[in-house]
Amino acid sequence: MKKDIQKRKRWDAIFALCGMVALMIGVLTFTALFVDMALDGFGRLSWEFFTNYPSRRPGQAGILSAWVGSTLVMLTTAFFAVPLGVAAGVYLEEYASKNWVTDIIEINITNLAGVPSIVYGLLGLGLFVYQFGLGQSILAAGLTLALLILPVVIVATREAIRSIPQVIREGSYALGATQWQTVRYHILPYSSAGILTGIIIGMARAIGETAPIITIGALTFIAFLPPSPVQSEPPFLSFDWLMSPFTVMPIQMFNWTSRPEAAFHANAAAAGFVLVAMTLAMNGLAIWLRYRLRRNLKW
Amino acid sequence: MSAVPGQPTLIESAIPAERLARRRTRVVRERLIELALFFAALVSVFTTVGIVYILVKESVVFFREVPLVKFLTDTQWTPLFDDAHFGIIVLLSGTLTSSFVALAIAIPLGTIIAIYLSEFAPFRLREIAKPFLELLGGVPTIVYGYFALLFVTPLLQRIYPELPGFNLLSAGIVMGIMIIPYVSSISEDAMRAVPMSLREGSYAMGATRFQTAVKVVVPAAFSGIASAYILGISRAVGETMILAVAAGMQPNLTFNPLEPAATITAFIVQVALGDLPHGSIGYQTIFAAGLTLLLFTLACNVAGHLLRKRFREAY
Repeated sequence: MKKDIQKRKRWDAIFALCGMVALMIGVLTFTALFVDMALDGFGRLSWEFFTNYPSRRPGQAGILSAWVGSTLVMLTTAFFAVPLGVAAGVYLEEYASKNWVTDIIEINITNLAGVPSIVYGLLGLGLFVYQFGLGQSILAAGLTLALLILPVVIVATREAIRSIPQVIREGSYALGATQWQTVRYHILPYSSAGILTGIIIGMARAIGETAPIITIGALTFIAFLPPSPVQSEPPFLSFDWLMSPFTVMPIQMFNWTSRPEAAFHANAAAAGFVLVAMTLAMNGLAIWLRYRLRRNLKW
Repeated sequence: MSAVPGQPTLIESAIPAERLARRRTRVVRERLIELALFFAALVSVFTTVGIVYILVKESVVFFREVPLVKFLTDTQWTPLFDDAHFGIIVLLSGTLTSSFVALAIAIPLGTIIAIYLSEFAPFRLREIAKPFLELLGGVPTIVYGYFALLFVTPLLQRIYPELPGFNLLSAGIVMGIMIIPYVSSISEDAMRAVPMSLREGSYAMGATRFQTAVKVVVPAAFSGIASAYILGISRAVGETMILAVAAGMQPNLTFNPLEPAATITAFIVQVALGDLPHGSIGYQTIFAAGLTLLLFTLACNVAGHLLRKRFREAY
């Protein structure tokens, strides 16, 4: 009997150890990944790396067209995904009545979240590039990524809104506010931090997505910049860049990784380092925001 | 108290008429806003319709050229050669083998981490480990691809020198590591949702933490854990960049992870990188491959839904 208990306690300790080890494997792999990449790429990180175009000579190649392309694609993505996602989330939480249309929308969003990203790329290729005739442009890429992160934004918006207690709405209605006034002046401000968290996580995902952008046919070698959005003569703003060919950071990294020369691998590591630093910063910001939110929010 | 928009009302005094007009515009505005929000919500439905429409439209043209039986039974995949063969099994073998390797790593490790964090770990450790695992899930997959090709493969070659530079094994291993956070995070949430009273009952009977975890908590949280596994599977099947970088892109009918092979996703990337004319059979092939992938992940989602329903324990 006593031996039996001891045996069980031993198993308990063994499992606790296994858990620690498993957790450490996760943590250590991540550290190894990051350190390895940092060591390989650190020598290439310099001001010139950010201001040079890609080149046949690895020593002179840079990521200028890639980071400019990424920034412009992200702007386009945010322009479409944020209003649409927040509006859809508000509708589903505040307006939608419980009927079959709402059910279809909800099931649909759950399913979309499970669709592989490359399938969105095929959607972008068939629909935006050819059907709408947008070509392999920044606009087509931005729209594709916007659809990809839409479920993330919608789900985050809904969760943020759901945590607002009913009394807030009742108070607003009691003062004679309409439904939109309630949403505009109470629901949206109180859920803004939660919504922001979702938007940041969605954007961090979009910035690292490679497969859908390759699928819509983005070029891997671009040695020019899209036309500038700001111009010297009126009307000062130009939207020609939306239709411009482009490349993005992950594609640049993919291109360098697939080359056989080791010198390009250092470039890939440096680009990867920048990419990881960017996504980690964004995700870290989101996690920190959520943490602060949880601590400060006491209804 | 409801005003009918657009209908003239017969009220003489100026102030009420003005008020009524204001209320009328307000009602109209409220309706318009609701309609706009509704259309925003419909965009997600349009996305699904768009995906199905595009994939089916191009696949129909493809299957007019290539009979479905050939597509399912041919053992060669050479769509861009003169002697074209379209056997999806070749690509499916790569997808299944790499997914199997990935899941063989992600499911045991992910489950152990989830059990440990939920039942064993001190509060502080859990508070640090969870966000850290979430961060891991946010790393772009191309970075994992770099890691597989230039770190894991050389490492494995030191142990097993005959390993080719491109292989499914290292891609699968790294894919598994990438999936661990998804599996552990969702499983842990499911286990934490199991009420404390069940654990207390088990401890009161003299069970150890390990016995409680395995015999009480895991069965009670099984529906959530199952959906974590399903999510892991659909992640593995749909993963693209790690395989495109580290597993090579040659079609190869094999179930041996030590060989290089193309997956469905890697094939799509390979074609997209080339310069295929719009409307050619090669162009349509990627939509047929994409449709296969979508059906596969859809089947996973449905299976997950059924599992959740079948094993749902309500407290």
